[in-house]
Amino acid sequence: MKNVKPASFFESSARVRVAKLVDAGSFKEFCPPQLRRTSPHLARLNAPVAFDDGVAVGSATLAGHKILIAAQEGKFNGGAVGEVHGAKLAGLLDRGVRELPRAVLLLIDSGGVRLHEANAGLIAISEVMRAVLRCQEAGVPVLALVGGACGAFGGMGIVTRLCNEIIMSEEGRLGLSGPEVIETVQGVEEFDSRDRPLVWRVTGGKVRRALGEATYLVDDDICSFRSVTAELLCRYQTKPLAPVDIDEISAEHARLTERTKRFATARDGREIFQASGFVDLDEVSLLPVAKFNQQLLESL
Amino acid sequence: MEQFTLSYKTSPRLQEGHPPQLCGVVASGNLEVLVEPLDSADLCLIEVNTSAPGFRLIWEAVLSDFVERNRVAGVRISINDAGATPAVVGLRLDQALDAYRSAV
Repeated sequence: MKNVKPASFFESSARVRVAKLVDAGSFKEFCPPQLRRTSPHLARLNAPVAFDDGVAVGSATLAGHKILIAAQEGKFNGGAVGEVHGAKLAGLLDRGVRELPRAVLLLIDSGGVRLHEANAGLIAISEVMRAVLRCQEAGVPVLALVGGACGAFGGMGIVTRLCNEIIMSEEGRLGLSGPEVIETVQGVEEFDSRDRPLVWRVTGGKVRRALGEATYLVDDDICSFRSVTAELLCRYQTKPLAPVDIDEISAEHARLTERTKRFATARDGREIFQASGFVDLDEVSLLPVAKFNQQLLESL
Repeated sequence: MEQFTLSYKTSPRLQEGHPPQLCGVVASGNLEVLVEPLDSADLCLIEVNTSAPGFRLIWEAVLSDFVERNRVAGVRISINDAGATPAVVGLRLDQALDAYRSAV
C-alpha cells in the first residue's frame, strides 16, 4: 500500500481542497481564472485583484455522485464576499436548482462581507442566502465544509447555518461576529481576540459540534472531509431531502428552546463541554476527534 | 498599483494545447501566476499587476532570469502580486510553468 501523507484541509489552498476532495480530475470549473472576472470595486480602490475573485466554482463527482462545488480562498482578503465572488456562489446554487445534482458543497473559509465593496457585498451575501434556500426547496441539499483559517463568520456564518449539514474540523471556526469584531465593539475585557484557547473554546469545531450546530466533526485532513461527505451523499441518495413542513419547524424550535435552557448559564466553551457530559474539562481540547465524538455520543 | 507588460523574444516554443494554469494566491507577500497559450510562437508576454509600485527594475531582472532559465515562448503570463519578494516570484513562476507544461 502506498503511504500517502494526509493533506491538511487547514493548510491547503481552495483549489487544492477541491482537487483532493472530489474524484481525481473530475472538477470542471465555471468562470475560470482566464476569463478574468475580477472585482471592479477593488480595482477602483487601487487594491490587488484575483483572477477568480477569491472563489473557485464548478461541477465534479464525489464517489461517483454528481455535485456542484464552491471553494473560498481564505488567503485572498480573508475569503470575504464581494460582488463577483457572491455572484459566483449564487450562480452556482441557482445552477443547482436547474441541474439537480446530488448536493451542492460549499467549502467556506470567509470572514463575511468584503467591506471594500460595501452595499454590493452585502447584497451579494443576501443573494447567496436566498439561493441556498431555493436550492433546498428544489430538493438539493447544501453541505458546508468548514476547516480553513478564516472559519465561517459574518454573513458566511449565516450561510453556513442555513446549510443542511455542517462538517467541521477542530481547527474550523463558526460564528456571527468574529473575535476581532467583538473585541473592537465591546472591548478586550469582553473578548480577547488574541487569547487563542478562548477563541477556539467559543467558536471552534469541538464546541460547535457539542452545541449540535456542526453535524460532523472530522480530522483536519481532506480525506476525512471526503469520506464523511461521501457517506452523506449516499444517505441523500437513499433518502432525498424532503420539503420542510410545519412539524419539522416546530420540532426544531423545540430543540432550540431546550438548548437555550440547557446552556442558559454557560459563559464559555468549558461550561458547554461540562453541560454536554464531558468530565475532564482540561482534556477536551486535547482529545483526538474520534474519542471526542465517542464521548459526546455516549453522553447524549 | 503599478501595471506593465514585458515581452521577450525567445525560442523554442512550448507544445501547444495546454489548458491555462493558475498558481499561488493573492495574499500579503504572495502572488498568483496565470499561464496561458499565446499565438505568437516566439514570444513570451508577461503582464505584471503589483501592489508595490517602484520596483520595475527588479521585476525586469527576475522575469528575464526566468525566461532565460526556462526558454519559454508561446505563452502569456499574467501576474497579480501583493508584495512578494523576488525569490518568491521566481519560485512561483517556475511552479506555474511546471504546472502548465504537465497539464493535459
